[in-house]
Amino acid sequence: MKQWVVLSGKGGTGKTTVAAALAHLAAQELRLVLADADVDAANLELLTAPQVQEAHQFSGARVAAIDASRCTGCGLCAGACRFSAVVCEGGCRVDAIACEGCAACTYVCPAQAIAMVDWPSGEWFRSDTRFGPLFHARLFAGQENSGKLVTQVKQSARLLARQDGADLLLVDGPPGIGCPAIAAMSGADLALMVVEPSVSGVHDLRRILATARHFGVQAAICLNKADINPAQAAAIAGVGAAEGVPVVGLVPFDRAVVEALVQRRPVTEQGPGAAADALRGLWEALRTSMLSA
Amino acid sequence: MIVAIASGKGGTGKTLVATGLAWVAGASGRAEVHLVDCDVEEPNAHLFLRPQITSSEEVTLPVPQVDGGRCDGCGRCAQVCAFHALAVVRGRVLVFPELCHGCGSCARQCPCGAIREVPKRLGRVERGRAGGIHFAQGILDVGEAMATPVIRQLKRMALAGIPETALALLDAPPGNACPVVETLRGSDFALLVTEPTPFGLHDLQIAVQVAREELGLPVGVVVNRDGVGDGGVDRFCTSASVPILLRIPFDRRIAEAYSAGTLWVDALPEYREPLRGLLSKLKASCGVAP
Repeated sequence: MKQWVVLSGKGGTGKTTVAAALAHLAAQELRLVLADADVDAANLELLTAPQVQEAHQFSGARVAAIDASRCTGCGLCAGACRFSAVVCEGGCRVDAIACEGCAACTYVCPAQAIAMVDWPSGEWFRSDTRFGPLFHARLFAGQENSGKLVTQVKQSARLLARQDGADLLLVDGPPGIGCPAIAAMSGADLALMVVEPSVSGVHDLRRILATARHFGVQAAICLNKADINPAQAAAIAGVGAAEGVPVVGLVPFDRAVVEALVQRRPVTEQGPGAAADALRGLWEALRTSMLSA
Repeated sequence: MIVAIASGKGGTGKTLVATGLAWVAGASGRAEVHLVDCDVEEPNAHLFLRPQITSSEEVTLPVPQVDGGRCDGCGRCAQVCAFHALAVVRGRVLVFPELCHGCGSCARQCPCGAIREVPKRLGRVERGRAGGIHFAQGILDVGEAMATPVIRQLKRMALAGIPETALALLDAPPGNACPVVETLRGSDFALLVTEPTPFGLHDLQIAVQVAREELGLPVGVVVNRDGVGDGGVDRFCTSASVPILLRIPFDRRIAEAYSAGTLWVDALPEYREPLRGLLSKLKASCGVAP
């Protein structure tokens, strides 16, 4: 089984558009499992009409809770907290949003008034879609540990993919290069970087490629809206050449992409068109490299 | 007045709005203007403002270092660490600094005094000027996972001691998790940039939840690429009583200017007046004199 992740560095470059098109095309010829690893802003479900089969609570975080009846208001907890999460003004209280979950306050409290409690930080789901099973999640607003929830989603997807003898686990990743992106790319055979031809696209591509190299993940580039700025498109090809990363897809700007999104389907399901045809070309190129590997 | 510019979904135009607002506020010359790029994983505002960077400081996290001579292998450090950043194997302590959150419990609780904290570099904070605009950005080192401490340090440095009358614009990272919360916390207003598509709507709803419901901030929306997509964002804003403060039409010239690294308000002067209007609305919402 192969594991591919769609990443970008910069947000809004078309990761989910590309991932959904690949899901549609791949599902026509092989067994596929999907995972949406952008748990902050999960969008693959908007294009795949998932029927939820299982829902699970996720408590990745714990927060401190102070028992007011025991608290003497001594303030040692606030002194130990490096995240400004404990406020002591006539009794102590914890700002659950600021709390890092480190428990430092619990160890220093002389009255044993502080306990760590589970904090529901999200939910994850196994769903059926017309392209195969989809594992996706919803991080509750403003919660920590999105990297842990990404790992939970991916591990569950991987387990099922193994059990079912799937050929491909396709992961739609988050933007950025930090904790969630690192969690999304771990274990991937290929990271497909979707990038737009702009100075910010080039800047962010360099950083996500460096991150992939740092963790030893093989990368490829899909240039989206390739015709918007030919000079920056050439710059991206240059970055790819210098880094030894192939450009495997060139998707032109096409209004059909947003039209398909409004219809809530992959653009390739809408029939032929400039973007859809280019995405078919991308799938052909990736499939060939997968089979030859 | 501190205005955080956030979005939920990436690529909706946060940096476009932040740099545009900074430009018109700076050009008016009325008050000090600060632009603070809190998208430390992929900071982009500098590409458009081209600031002269005058200082660069490391952001570090205090991580444990164990003195093997003093350690008796009792395992208390591993027991108190909520992040599994220490493990004791055959009486020896192994440290995994990439998992450490820098809380200090291991050092504080070690009965042998065998742990001292040493700084581990996560990234840097750069500061400088772009014309009249005070500029600051955080940059997470490649391969580092934790963006939040970089944002925390960036805000501490960039916002310390600025006058009440100053305008600080915080360009937030995408998403809705801890880095966004760290950016929004302590702001006076959350300006949420979205696009009128099902993706934009889905992520805007979560962003409103974070900013207004969790953090209690006043919120307003900028609809970017107005005219593409559908009417879902408008319907949501009406039903949730979220004001739409500005609509930026879908205009290929904006995309072209942006892609070339040109500041759009430089290239397209007709957008200055709408941005001034947005600034006035923000000031009115925050109770600041126009």
